[in-house]
Amino acid sequence: MELRRDQKIDVEEILKDLENYRPRRRGWHWREPVENLEMGPFTYLEMSKPLKNSYGLPSSKYFKDIDPQPRPVITTEIASGRFEDDIRRMRMAAWHGADHIMVIRTAGQSHFDGLIEGTPQGIGGIPVTRKQVRAQRKALDMIEDEVGRPINYHSYVSGEAGPDIAVMFAEEGVNGAHQDPQYNVLYRNINMVRSFVDAAEAKKVMSWADMAQIDGAHNANATAREAWKVMPELMVQHAINAIYSRKVGMNPKNICLSTVPPTAPPAPCLRLDLPYAVALRELFKEYRMRAQMNTKYMESCTREATVTHVLDLLISELTSADIQSTITPDEGRNVPWHYNNIHAINTAKQTFAGLDGLKEMVELKETGYLREKARELKERAVLFMEEILEVGGYFKAVEEGFFVDSGYYPERNGDGIARKIDGGLGAGTVYPRDEDYMAPVTAHFGYNNLPEGIKNPSDLIEGCTFEKPEKIVYIDELDEEDNVYKRLDESRKYFKKEHLKPEVEWAGDGYVLQTMFLPIDVRAAEVAAVEIGKKMGLEDVEVVHKQVLQEAEGTLIEIKGKVQFEIDVTKLNIPPVQHVMSDDEIRAEIERRPMKIVAGTVGQDEHSVGLREVIDIKHGGIEKYGIEVIYLGTSVPCEKIVDAAIEANADAILASTIISHDNIHYKNMKRIHELCIEKGIRDRIMIAAGGTQVINELAIEAGVDQGFGRGTKGVHVATFFVEKRRELEAKGLI
Amino acid sequence: MAIKRADDFEIRREHIKNLTDEELEAKFWSLAEEIVNPLLELARTHTTPSVERSVLLRMGFSSIEAKGIVENTIDKGLMGKGCGNIVYRVAKHLNRNYVEVGREMAEGAHFDIALDIFNGGAR
Repeated sequence: MELRRDQKIDVEEILKDLENYRPRRRGWHWREPVENLEMGPFTYLEMSKPLKNSYGLPSSKYFKDIDPQPRPVITTEIASGRFEDDIRRMRMAAWHGADHIMVIRTAGQSHFDGLIEGTPQGIGGIPVTRKQVRAQRKALDMIEDEVGRPINYHSYVSGEAGPDIAVMFAEEGVNGAHQDPQYNVLYRNINMVRSFVDAAEAKKVMSWADMAQIDGAHNANATAREAWKVMPELMVQHAINAIYSRKVGMNPKNICLSTVPPTAPPAPCLRLDLPYAVALRELFKEYRMRAQMNTKYMESCTREATVTHVLDLLISELTSADIQSTITPDEGRNVPWHYNNIHAINTAKQTFAGLDGLKEMVELKETGYLREKARELKERAVLFMEEILEVGGYFKAVEEGFFVDSGYYPERNGDGIARKIDGGLGAGTVYPRDEDYMAPVTAHFGYNNLPEGIKNPSDLIEGCTFEKPEKIVYIDELDEEDNVYKRLDESRKYFKKEHLKPEVEWAGDGYVLQTMFLPIDVRAAEVAAVEIGKKMGLEDVEVVHKQVLQEAEGTLIEIKGKVQFEIDVTKLNIPPVQHVMSDDEIRAEIERRPMKIVAGTVGQDEHSVGLREVIDIKHGGIEKYGIEVIYLGTSVPCEKIVDAAIEANADAILASTIISHDNIHYKNMKRIHELCIEKGIRDRIMIAAGGTQVINELAIEAGVDQGFGRGTKGVHVATFFVEKRRELEAKGLI
Repeated sequence: MAIKRADDFEIRREHIKNLTDEELEAKFWSLAEEIVNPLLELARTHTTPSVERSVLLRMGFSSIEAKGIVENTIDKGLMGKGCGNIVYRVAKHLNRNYVEVGREMAEGAHFDIALDIFNGGAR
């Protein structure tokens, strides 16, 4: 199935024949760097292979619509609870430059001892299942063909079912995953022995599938009271997972450190975060960096979040990032909405484009504060590990609450997360392997008593699912009510033009955001805003952001709420798009044959703003194409504008006429037309008239060649003149 | 158990403060290895329900079947043998297709044979 850019991706089509879908590749894809990439008027130093189809930043229109793609893989996290709606968001994200789609799991999946099957709805994420993974991977195959770059699909190999999930991911062509036993231990309270035994198997499987692995150290930032103080520990956590993975057999080039600049303004964050970023990249030079954005100090202000994230990106640029992950600016207020994923991706893309080549001009100092601080952090990390060994090793250290202590190690505040070796979920489920232990499958870690002469264990069963994917057992649905088909029965209609509703997460959810300033104190403003939302007809109104501008003068408030109606788009009168030529095309035409026009506001009419917008170069008016404009001002008599055109030997008259009382605007157009006939120039001069009340059809009836209404831009007028002149040339009139 | 302690970095660092950056980094990695080595050995010589389920998945069982086989194996005290091993050996003994036999084992069948083959689970 091939996607068409002007058609929605068909989720129901994706769900068809899923039992026979096989992933077409395995392994992670890194972007392909291009040296000195020429794009539009620029040469980029740090960009990668461009996309076939994409949307540039809004401002790219000033630069020939270029969309330079930075070198780091760009991540977006998607999981609204309904995977079918997430597929549409993935496509939008890919068009804006995301090539790492990270799927967040539903609350509680870590504590599910086994695989979940089918497509139940999730909370704060989706239940990751074989069917869901297969459907999304299949969709991403189409989407990556459409945009022209492989897309990495990613979720979590953690919780009590790590190895099960790793196998399912390897079978289903998942390209990357979080895997770090320390995450289980510290944040999910899963038994530590179980977590490390499981991790070795999971990592072995991930290595076979050539998946990229991201560790879980960044969670210490989010958990610790003062995030910047855990920096020595973060290095220790990274090291434990990295070396453990490597010794299991993982390629260091697939081992990614999940690192977040720990602080955010108003902290002097670069001074705290940059030495850490430098020290980390020095210690871990054989590994890859997955740079994440800060969430720890995130509030509901999307502007503030974006600025913090730009500073995080500056650290990535000044050091390095192999994967640049993004946090949506609304994460401080709700589960990310569609368009905020796009905003976050664009924040990364925009910043990297702007900073392209920075390191050609500035470099980090080799002496002084930065170096001293980096050294200090490394020493503190070394001391941390020495003490782990002193107390008797990793498990003992966890029991003694070494980790996520808010002290700046070796300072200890006694508030770390302590776990018991025989505690947590899954305690007592670790079994010693007997001498005759055996497992007849590929990518199994550890002791395996294979029969004599067997090299690959799966030869015993004539290949396991890794060699023979036809052996994979696909389960469709287990729950007759909680599944994608039932949900689509409800939401299907919202994909039709007859039932349009606003949407932020799920088809037809109806959510809109309203921004308002209320000239009152914050407490009253909050209550009033909800009331305003209700009076606007919204349901489930909630304040999502508030900010005091001055406690007596007023408050900025944002509310969200659901609209209670649908729009039938088929019944709307949607005017056809006004055809425009490209700037380059117009310029070339004017260069080929210069054009001169006379312009003015005619009649007893002093309005000038609209016409100036259409003419002036500084407003993007027609002068920018090289069209010469003789501007006569306001209240110009019709006779004067025609005489001026004759005198200047102009190609065209552009008359503005705003006042419409008694149809004076059309009368003036008619007058100009008639005067041109009288003076014998009508067949070789173009006449256009514009104004807020002008309708093209009526203007033409009045005798001019074209009428321009509200919203007209210079490009519309220039396009008309260029095309009309071609017509006159073709007829031999000029 | 968790202790409170003031920042005694200046005292603690005495023995490393004169290391070169290269020496410090080498120390960092050798300590990391020392920490993970016993963990790796543990993983090498142990198994878990999740590890065994992942083996059974690779052998071509569904997640539901894998769960059943592992639970029955735990009940019979045979986890040390490996669930895939048990299915494989029982099927061989019965001279039947291992997937069919395994599906029956998920329902609780054939564990008497397994206990015989593996000598009641003795190490």
